[in-house]
Parts: sequence; C-alpha cells; structure tokens
Amino acid sequence: MARREIPEINAGSMADIAFLLLIFFLVTTTMEKDTGISRKLPEKQPIDQKPPVLKDKNVFIVMLNRTGEILVEDKDYMKVGEIKDAAVKFLDNGGGKGKNNEECTYCKGAKDPESSDHPNKAVISLGSARGTSYGDYIAVQNELVAAYNELRDRESTRINGISFKELKERYDDENNSKAKKGSLKEKINKIKEMYPMILSEQEPLK
Amino acid sequence: MSKFNKKKKDMPAVNTASLPDIVFMLLFFFMVTTTMRETEMKIKPPILPEATEIKKLKEKNLVSYIYVGKSTKGIKGDRIQLNDKISSVDDIKNFILAKRESVSQSEVNRLITSIKADVDTEVGTIHDIKEKLRDINALKINYSSRQVDRK
Repeated sequence: MARREIPEINAGSMADIAFLLLIFFLVTTTMEKDTGISRKLPEKQPIDQKPPVLKDKNVFIVMLNRTGEILVEDKDYMKVGEIKDAAVKFLDNGGGKGKNNEECTYCKGAKDPESSDHPNKAVISLGSARGTSYGDYIAVQNELVAAYNELRDRESTRINGISFKELKERYDDENNSKAKKGSLKEKINKIKEMYPMILSEQEPLK
Repeated sequence: MSKFNKKKKDMPAVNTASLPDIVFMLLFFFMVTTTMRETEMKIKPPILPEATEIKKLKEKNLVSYIYVGKSTKGIKGDRIQLNDKISSVDDIKNFILAKRESVSQSEVNRLITSIKADVDTEVGTIHDIKEKLRDINALKINYSSRQVDRK
C-alpha cells in the first residue's frame, strides 16, 4: 500500500483571521493622551484670616463675563489674543522694589512706576461670573499661563541656553542620574523664583 | 524556436507565508497598547477646551478624573460624573479620599485631580468642585484640554 502523505493544513486563511482581529483592535484603540493645564489651588485659609493687602498697581485684574467679553484692569476691553502681551508687559515691568527690597535686574519692561513693582510681587487675578462658559475661561487661563511661560523661557534661554520647557523636559527624562536631576531641579526652581506664577482665580460672581 | 518558448514560464507567486506573522506582529502591538475605557460615560462625553500651554499627565495611576458635562437625558444644568455614576459635588470628598486610600502613603501628595469638563460648562460648577477639593487639601489639579498649536 502506498503511504499517503498527511495533507498540509491550509494556512492561507490565517492572514484573514489575523487581519480581522487587527482591524478590531485598530478601531477600538484610543491612544488617549492626558493633557491639560496644570494648576495648583491655594490652600484653604482660616475664616478669620485677613486677605493680604496688595497695592493696586501690583494686581492685574482680568474679568470675564458670561458672554465671553474680557475686561482688563477695569478699563480695556480685550480679545483673547491680546491678553498675553498685556500680561507680559505687566509682569515684566519691574518699576519698583521686590519682596527683598531689591530691584528687578532681569526685567526688560518699561519700568513704569504705575505698573507692577517686581515679578515676585505682581499678582494676576482672574475674575469671572458663574455663568461664564468653561471654554472661555480656559482660553483666558491659557493665555495667562502662556505669559508666564514666555518670560520663563526668555530667562532660561539667557541663563541656561535652553528654554524653560526644554529644561523641564530634560528633568522629566527618566534616564537622568540623580545628580543631574538635582542640578536641573535647581535651575528650574531658580527660574520659577524669578517669575513666580501668582495667578489667583477669584470666586465667581453670581 | 523552442528556446523562446521556454522563457514564457509563469511568474512565480509571491510567497505569502510570512504575511500572517507580520499581521500578528501588528496585532500584538495594538493589543498591548489598547486600553479599554475604564469608565462608561453616563453624561454626554465632554468636548474638551483647547489650550497651548499644556502638560502631559504621566502617572495615570495617580490621577482621579472628574467628568463634567451635560446630561444625556436633557436635564438642564451640569452633571458631574465620578467613576461610573452621576454624582453631586458633595460626593467629591469621598471620591478623593477613596483614591488616597488606594495609593501608598508616599504618593498621596503626588495625586492629581483631572477635571474633564465640557466647554459649555458653567465656571460656577467648576468653582464648586475646586472648593470641595480645597476643603480636603487636594490642591493639584489639571484642567484637561486638547493640545493645539499657537496660531
């Protein structure tokens, strides 16, 4: 009797099956990136705590109403795109003396005595109505954060040769040694100290 | 003449035996990277605002998500979703405290709360959430938004 050969299993449809599965996973995959504006909320203050007294000139007030109109410093109506430059101008003014009674040597602003004294005294206050849409609110916050980032980038490039953003990216890089991380952290903190982000979000008005 | 006829052979078929392997490789890649959505949306999926000054959240196990959006049933006002049920602002406290229980002691102060809110949400609602977070000292927040390039 002739020995019959075992017939080979036809694997031709294997590719089809695999493709089917592949397409299923392709469709269901959502490469979800979690991104957003990070902020730190202020700590809860005791009720009897008096709010700190700030000079008017050291506060940059941005008001946002429910129709999305923006009022800056109680006098200028602005569009979202204009806020950043106004905020940079305010923060970088350096018209007086800072917390430790020193002048801002790195500020490149107009040194207008009517505007902020020093970046570490300058406060940006964002007010809004309860009915304001969240989208508008985030758009304005984004611009204000952008103003801080622009100044921090500028100083970081001047001192470290790389932008603040890149500095932070290098810090987050996990391949760094402990010592390198420490020195990067120090640099980051130095820049943060030069332009501290003092951005207050007011309680919305009814 | 016969010499020419010889050349008229069929083209050899491309060997597709390795095709399944290639496809399987791709398949495994997607299987591994796929993360099934953990929470089912009980509210209308929020349309996130756009921003340029964004930060990526890396340690996902340290993030608690608060979803804010409109009701699917057409009820007026903003709805808050924690885990997979619609909740009120007062539930946020327990939600965050439960999250704190689930991580180790050293990681508690690295916890971040991500607020995934719809663009049409009222700022008042967001403020109420922030006040609740302040009450229990959960100060690190992230206003979830999509990254766009500066125009």
